[in-house]
Amino acid sequence: MEWLVSACFGVMIACGVYLVLRARTFPVILGLTLMGYAVNLFLFLTGRLHTNLPDIISPNQTRYADPLPQALVLTAIVIGFAMIAFLVVLSLRALGELDTDHIDGQQETPPV
Amino acid sequence: MINHLIVCPLLLPLLMGTIIVLNANQPVARQRILGLSSCLAVLVMTGILLFQSAQGPIQTYVLGDWPTPFGIVMVLDRLSAMMLCITALLALLCLAYAARGTDREGKNFHALFQFQLLGINGAFLTGDIFNLFVFFEIMLLSSYGLVLHGGGGLRTRAGMHYVMLNLVGSSIFLVGVGILYALLGTLNMADLAVRMAAAPAENAALLQAAGLILFAVFALKAALLPLCFWLPDAYGFTSAPVAALFAVMTKVGVYVILRVYCLIFSEFAGVGAGLLSAWLLPAALITLAAGAAGVAGSRDLRRITAYLVIVSVGTLLAVIGTFQRETIAAAIVYLPHTTFMTAAMFLVADLIRRQRPDAGSELIPDRPVGQPTLLGLLFLTAAVAIGGLPPLSGFFAKVMMLMTVQGNNAAPWIWALVLGGGLLALVALGRAGIIIFWKLLPKDDPGTGRGTSHDPVPVYALADVFPAAVLLCISPLLVIFGEGITEFALAAADHVINPVHYIEAVLGPDRSIPLLYPFGGE
Repeated sequence: MEWLVSACFGVMIACGVYLVLRARTFPVILGLTLMGYAVNLFLFLTGRLHTNLPDIISPNQTRYADPLPQALVLTAIVIGFAMIAFLVVLSLRALGELDTDHIDGQQETPPV
Repeated sequence: MINHLIVCPLLLPLLMGTIIVLNANQPVARQRILGLSSCLAVLVMTGILLFQSAQGPIQTYVLGDWPTPFGIVMVLDRLSAMMLCITALLALLCLAYAARGTDREGKNFHALFQFQLLGINGAFLTGDIFNLFVFFEIMLLSSYGLVLHGGGGLRTRAGMHYVMLNLVGSSIFLVGVGILYALLGTLNMADLAVRMAAAPAENAALLQAAGLILFAVFALKAALLPLCFWLPDAYGFTSAPVAALFAVMTKVGVYVILRVYCLIFSEFAGVGAGLLSAWLLPAALITLAAGAAGVAGSRDLRRITAYLVIVSVGTLLAVIGTFQRETIAAAIVYLPHTTFMTAAMFLVADLIRRQRPDAGSELIPDRPVGQPTLLGLLFLTAAVAIGGLPPLSGFFAKVMMLMTVQGNNAAPWIWALVLGGGLLALVALGRAGIIIFWKLLPKDDPGTGRGTSHDPVPVYALADVFPAAVLLCISPLLVIFGEGITEFALAAADHVINPVHYIEAVLGPDRSIPLLYPFGGE
């Protein structure tokens, strides 16, 4: 179970980094989204992997699911979603203003 | 007795920003009054808080009265009070400058400005590392809007880089925070410091990795080389009051580096002790050198000023990188000076740009500016202060920094680069002044293709120049009250370098709160 989850995290980050380095707005946005997902998964894992544990602290329980990472993930998801939405709008605006979807705002080679 | 004033510099901009959003379709004059009155009120509050913190111990504000370390806590020590006060003063003057026309270039400037203040103030006050992330995001999201305010291809291009780099930075920040929480089981910075000191050696590698991952994020915010290349474009192309306000944004990075690495990774931190001592000083010195090269190589006054921000960050972090009480105090003396002076230079550069219709802020000969005496005096004062010449504050702050780093092994490097950087800045600003004020084209130059536009240039009234003038007047004041400021800085550095004060203020002297270990009872 641990290695599967870690592999998922690693593959998602690797894909995200690859897409971010594509230097076109659409792949970069996809890459940042993937990295965001991976990081959210990672935050979720900071509470450790458990099954069938109660989430309420009581004297009878010695083991319980950690509720805090869930709250952190929720915050991170909301913020990440807002950031990606902003970036989509910004990219569309850049496409309109600069006539290119390259991150640097200019084509390396002139369009045919 | 809880001091509710501590949380007011957060609540007021939040409230005012929301009210201004509701007034988005009202005349801009109403938004200006709301924004300016909010900034003025925050300045008064932070002034009182600065006075209180100079007198007394570290104060804390526990949100919702949840017991620490479970609830979110705001911490006000001397350093954070000073940063709040600097931000409030700078924000008021930048907004006063923006109210002369910049805020009309697009919608929602005033609302974004208030949320920007909320984010910056929150980053200075918070005592919880995840809450720091949230305030960073508030700060960044409003700064994205402000950088792009007014539109135009150059701003959009610079904004793309700025936004994407910071999005990657946010992801990395969360990874660092996640590792710290997974291993130490807390997010409260004081509690993190306590648990870091007790962390077992088998977790050393992961904890150090988390510390360095966080450093990468803070270095991106502070614009340390090699993470500084977004800054010249973003600051150089955005509108002047925004660039001037952003002079304090890089200082947020500096503040957080100082706070986190003197508290969580302090010398008492066991496996995380002295994590940055090998990294910060060399990185800062290289940044300083690169910034100075950028200053010397720029052909545009606004870009020169943007590189001066990098130089000032390099200088600050090089001095802080020695991690001594006296050097940190010297950096705390230098910090307000460099923030206010680079901000003033952004405003002066904009005043000059608007009176040169052909060249703008580019350093090529143009017809004379409309008010050469006024602008020349402002420019001269700003250049003398930034270059570090007597009698203005730059000289005294630099002398104090150079004197205090003497005991360090790297002192020759720091001396050489700080003095060399100052010299290059002086040469570059001197050259800029010569080109702008003396190397003039005839009033009607027909041949060159330049100097042919006949748009009337604006003539400045007092209201246009007073924000820049007030910022520049701070420099002699910093000299006149130098002794008091130095004493304050030494006391502030005491609280920063000695994490025990901070931990006791947050967790209480007896640390009687039972420490729960929430994950699976391990």
